[in-house]
Amino acid sequence: MGEAIVITSGKGGVGKTTTTANLGTALAILGKRVCLVDTDIGLRNLDVVLGLENRIIYDLVDVVEGRCTVQKALVKDKRFDHYLYLLPAAQTSDKSAVNPAQMKQLIEELKQEYDYVLIDCPAGIEQGYRNAVAGADEAIVVTTPEVSAVRDADRIIGLLEAEEHVKPPRLIINRIRSHMVKNGDMLDVDEIISHLSIELLGIIADDENVIKASNRGEPIVLDPNSKASIAFRNIARRILGESVPLPPLEEEEKGLFSKIRKIFSLK
Amino acid sequence: MNVVAKQKQQYVTIKGTKDGLTLHLDDRCSYDDLLKEIEERLVKQAGVAPDSPLVSVHLKMGNRYLTPAQEEEVRALIRRSKNLVVDSIESNVMSKAEAIEWMRKTEIVPVSRIVRSGQVLHVEGDLLLIGDVNPGGTVIAGGNIFILGALRGIAHAGYAGNKQAIIAASVMKPMQLRIGDIMSRAPDSKTDEGNEMECAYIDEHNQIVVDRLQLLMHLRPNLTRLERRM
Repeated sequence: MGEAIVITSGKGGVGKTTTTANLGTALAILGKRVCLVDTDIGLRNLDVVLGLENRIIYDLVDVVEGRCTVQKALVKDKRFDHYLYLLPAAQTSDKSAVNPAQMKQLIEELKQEYDYVLIDCPAGIEQGYRNAVAGADEAIVVTTPEVSAVRDADRIIGLLEAEEHVKPPRLIINRIRSHMVKNGDMLDVDEIISHLSIELLGIIADDENVIKASNRGEPIVLDPNSKASIAFRNIARRILGESVPLPPLEEEEKGLFSKIRKIFSLK
Repeated sequence: MNVVAKQKQQYVTIKGTKDGLTLHLDDRCSYDDLLKEIEERLVKQAGVAPDSPLVSVHLKMGNRYLTPAQEEEVRALIRRSKNLVVDSIESNVMSKAEAIEWMRKTEIVPVSRIVRSGQVLHVEGDLLLIGDVNPGGTVIAGGNIFILGALRGIAHAGYAGNKQAIIAASVMKPMQLRIGDIMSRAPDSKTDEGNEMECAYIDEHNQIVVDRLQLLMHLRPNLTRLERRM
């Protein structure tokens, strides 16, 4: 019996879908059987990020309405053998095509087959959110170091804490720019944690390669050298229960000049 | 024998004070007897000039409980005598329902949680919040608000109009403060200094002032005393 984890944020555009795709892939690399569920009905794009767009035949609404079995609708990611599957959202209907009770039943069914069911939640706190949370056992809240995103994360955490079947949510802070934090132009990690007061699961530095990878349909975790990739892999290991320390955020200063300065550093 | 006893017994004792009349009413006779005597002693007493000024009457019921309907009856009865009007009715006893209501309005309610964006925490009495109020969160209390944590959202003390209410917080960085019907908001410029252990109250100019917590004992010496509520 697996675990169902919903990945949510309240605010749009903070990286829920990217996080879902990468954590799912990272867990699959670590040898877990993973099923990703896109609940953003009408605005699906988890399939695009994973590069599985043109293999979709049936979708979540087809399954819920009984037009096909779950197994038939699941899209297998061939790169990971039998480890990674996607249940895509429908593009032709909207959030009201599914209700929370149906989602709960569907997720329950998927949990029998897979170690981890990752649910990609749509932005907002309406029907789409309620559908996504209905079947979840755990929740991961994604935020970015912006005041507006932290506000919405706070709102979502409040709603998640009211859901009795969901364990206390954990936090991922996405798209941190260390030089901006250093200059005091961006909220720093400690500030966000003290504000939201929930457990931190990981932080991910802002990395252009994430966008490039998403556009190619290859999750960034497939690139073993990227910083974001390492961060996602670490988070996946933390989800598995390992204790992985947070790496220091400071960017190594490059160049000869800074090396000399370091040697004669007065600090 | 019977007649003598009746004459001796006085259910209504009238005393004149500078604020009007105080009626001490016997609390052991029946309610009907009491009404009858009030009527005899006050209403049927002629000899008051019809244009004399109104005299206010204070009723002391002793250990007798009057229902709201009975109170109304007594008021109406006394009003029938031309120049008397009931100002207050005082009793040593109250109903359980009233006692619970009284307690709800005056007790300190401890709550341990974080009031997050979009959430509203509402109590009738004083609020003791062990946790934070995040931006977009709201706490409302009928009395004072004490926050062991950071106030970053909205706090409304004395929402039913109690202007004596105060708001105290370990970290005072509110979006808005409201006490009674007075409102104030944080300045637009963000400062980092001077917001630990502070309290907000309404000053003599009817404005909300935020100051050091230690000043409270001078400003509101009755803050923690039970009597202030009686």
